[in-house]
Amino acid sequence: MTATLPPETTAPAGWTTVCRYDDLQPERGVAALVGDQQVAVFRLFDGALHAVGHRDPVSGAHVIARGLVGTRGDAPTVASPMYKQVFDLRTGVCLDTPDDPAVRLPVHPVRLRDGWVEIGSGG
Amino acid sequence: MSTPAPRQLVVVGGGMVAHRLVEALVDRGGVADGGWQVTVLAEEPRAPYDRVALTSYFSGRDPQDLALGDPGLWDTPGVQLRRGEQVTEVDRAARVVRTAGGREHGYDALVLATGSSPFVPPVEGKDLPGCFVYRTIDDVAALRQYVSEVDTRRQEDGSPRPVTGAVVGGGLLGLEAAGALTALGVQTHVVEFAPRLMPLQVDEGGGEALQRLVGALGVQVHAGTATAKLTAGRDGRVARMHAAEGSAAGLTHLDVDVVVFAAGVRPRDELARACELPVGPRGGVVVDPSCRTEDPAVWAIGEVACLDGRTWGLVAPGYTMAEIVADQLLGGAAEFPGADLSTKLKLLGVDVASFGDAFGTSPGALSVVYGDPVAGVYKKLVLSDDARTLLGGILVGDASAYAGLRPLVGRELGGDPAAWLLPEGAEGGPASAELPDDAAVCSCNNVTAGAIRDAVRCDGCADLGAVKACTKAGTSCGSCLPLVKKLVTTELAAAGVTVSSALCEHFDVSRAQLFDVVRVTGITSFSELVDRHGRGRGCDICKPVVASILASLDSGHVLDGERATLQDTNDHVMANIQKDGTYSVVPRIPGGEVTPEGLIAIGEVARDFGLYTKITGGQRIDLFGARMELLPAIWERLVAAGFESGHAYGKSLRTVKSCVGSTWCRYGVQDSVALAIALELRYRGLRSPHKIKLGVSGCARECAEARGKDVGVIATDNGWNLYVGGNGGFTPRHAKLLAEDLDTETLVRTIDRFLVYYVRTADRLQRTAPWLEEIEGGLDHVRAVVLDDSLGIAADLDAAMADHVEGYTDEWRATLEDPEKLRRFASFVNAPDSPDPSLSYVVERGQPRPSTAAERTAGEATGAVLVAGPRLEVFSR
Repeated sequence: MTATLPPETTAPAGWTTVCRYDDLQPERGVAALVGDQQVAVFRLFDGALHAVGHRDPVSGAHVIARGLVGTRGDAPTVASPMYKQVFDLRTGVCLDTPDDPAVRLPVHPVRLRDGWVEIGSGG
Repeated sequence: MSTPAPRQLVVVGGGMVAHRLVEALVDRGGVADGGWQVTVLAEEPRAPYDRVALTSYFSGRDPQDLALGDPGLWDTPGVQLRRGEQVTEVDRAARVVRTAGGREHGYDALVLATGSSPFVPPVEGKDLPGCFVYRTIDDVAALRQYVSEVDTRRQEDGSPRPVTGAVVGGGLLGLEAAGALTALGVQTHVVEFAPRLMPLQVDEGGGEALQRLVGALGVQVHAGTATAKLTAGRDGRVARMHAAEGSAAGLTHLDVDVVVFAAGVRPRDELARACELPVGPRGGVVVDPSCRTEDPAVWAIGEVACLDGRTWGLVAPGYTMAEIVADQLLGGAAEFPGADLSTKLKLLGVDVASFGDAFGTSPGALSVVYGDPVAGVYKKLVLSDDARTLLGGILVGDASAYAGLRPLVGRELGGDPAAWLLPEGAEGGPASAELPDDAAVCSCNNVTAGAIRDAVRCDGCADLGAVKACTKAGTSCGSCLPLVKKLVTTELAAAGVTVSSALCEHFDVSRAQLFDVVRVTGITSFSELVDRHGRGRGCDICKPVVASILASLDSGHVLDGERATLQDTNDHVMANIQKDGTYSVVPRIPGGEVTPEGLIAIGEVARDFGLYTKITGGQRIDLFGARMELLPAIWERLVAAGFESGHAYGKSLRTVKSCVGSTWCRYGVQDSVALAIALELRYRGLRSPHKIKLGVSGCARECAEARGKDVGVIATDNGWNLYVGGNGGFTPRHAKLLAEDLDTETLVRTIDRFLVYYVRTADRLQRTAPWLEEIEGGLDHVRAVVLDDSLGIAADLDAAMADHVEGYTDEWRATLEDPEKLRRFASFVNAPDSPDPSLSYVVERGQPRPSTAAERTAGEATGAVLVAGPRLEVFSR
């Protein structure tokens, strides 16, 4: 039921350095400004990094980074703190309404370089 | 057409087993037209009662509460109960019984259900005043009366020593009696001849654990000790118990005021002996597997029957015999299938269970033992030589696994036996879904798993109560109720009704069970808990629950270490998220009392940070529109002005609302404001399954609307009335009266216990009203726990609240002092002070509010939309 739509990831035109990897608390998110976009960045318990849109598509508020992370089955997830929809951090798909293209988070490329976290932008 | 004359059934004895026989006959339609005419001759002056629950008579229950089943049974046409009528002779030749009152009752069938009498060892002084046995309501009443007289006399004499008592016998009955004495405030000793307590039910390890637990409750145990004689004091009453030489620990004597003999029972087979029916070598009327004596017209059931060469001193086999005789009397051919001698009891508040081959006497039997002397738990499973089949077990200190384990005796356990012994094996238990239909779940009433499933599947029972009514499962001792509930839940779920108590996909247990797991294991981190007792990495359901449980069990800061990752955003930034992603801020205003300076300080903060201000329903002030990155600066000011967190964001105590009370109000009878402030300061920061609100009214006019609160206090001329379980919201409820006219100290202690018990046992997001409805026994049970300490946990509850009060710190003050905690308030990790550029506001009635989508679109065209900054300019129209 997941991933009925491919992740909305585009090849980055450039990378924006947002913080030290060590600044991120495992299992919690932070918001970052990448150009004029607000991005939610998560470091998970296993060290993995994920970046998705900070805007909650249901409420329209920029709050996704403040959601609780966890798992549903094998999927790493974040739950919107506003109305609690759960999103797959890998694909941005809302696991509660996987077929609704309006309820979906954009996924951003994210990488670790020399201890710094970089978010792909543009593209 | 004529019906045949009814046949006469005479039952000698009016105990639990006689009751069951009559109930079974009536249920099977054996008493109506053309069936049996039943006469029950009871020696006691009352209807059959629940002797198993006799001790509870001490904890303030009315003897009426011990009534068995439907009291209407004795009004059934064709059924006659004759109380206070002792049978003195059975004339088998004439088929009549004669009573002490000279009456004769003829019979076609006679059932002896005379039960047992307490065994009193033949020691010198056993009949002195002050020596009691423990069998009937009258015994208990006499004991209570005596203790109260001794107590009064001691107080009059100014004697410093409390009333002291000794129980002879450390078995099941002896510990029951010790519990009863303790409940009367008696300093209690238990003297047991065997080297450990409950020698018939538990092994050495279990006995040790039991002795430790019982000792911790103030009962002194003298195992390996025999009673030599009892001697009287100058007043002729019993005063000293002498121990036989060679007793353990060199005990020579105990100075006592009262002695209770609880050293076993002997079958009351004197009628059978007199009419020359065969009796067993150790007493009891010999019967065949159909419970019939040598005389085909005479039957014997219950403790007086000697079946398979022995008597059966538990109620469950007695009930089985009653059912057999009912069947036989109606032409059936039922026979005694052998009995389950499993027992589960709560003695002095300590759980003890013993089942199957508890001592591992089967050839090749293996034992798996788990002992935790610190937690006071001893558990042993006895397994077959291949370690697959469960043969029996012993549980001391925590018998929650009993209901799941007992039906599995003789069956493959499946999986790791240790899973049943560790705390999470509790009710969850690995395998009730696979329990075969023929497995007995309720051994008191012989109800199988299949019968319970049928009740749900075929008879349409939709909850535990309906299944209990339909099958009688769990209506006697109640120990199987967790399993019955689980079966019902499983069956309902299979029928498509969702009733799972599992918290979420990561934990299979309910919040209350998880609370126990954390408490017993002492786990302090989510990672360890989900690794050991769950799966995956948690979610927005279980993480806040675990955070709340951890906060209840120790009072570390809610944002310390990994705990910060468990908190919903409200708890994480200690404010309430609003629709645009900003937060509202609520400083605590205890009891709703605030000084002009305080009001000014709040007003200045609101003005300086451009916050929308509104008075809440809980008598405080809510400040809206605070951006996350401004929260520390806002609180810097509030803390400096003497305010602290109001916990409006937490599942925790919110407010204690009060009316102005007797200090100003011409009607007030008590100082409701002072009490409200004291309560709010006491319970502030208390984490709970849902928010908690309190109210205090200074008189019966109830201006604080206290009965709409989880805990409501209403002043009376004599003290305070305490109400619990009220709420507003989606399903409004009025609180119900828990206790009347309490003094302030008792009131506070009672609220302490109520709150901690709720925190420990309620489900996730379950407020007090539904909790009171769903907890087994309802309000009466909770009242007994908090007022009469019926579970023996009051001291523990008191200690938990004392820890809370002691450990409270203001979360906001602590956060401001910790740079590490302040980092989370950055709006953007790479631009910590930049406001969210999407926020926009318009002014309405002189204050800001979030703009609507339409206003934003229009505003972009006209430039009329305000963007909030640290200083939002507010103008009036």
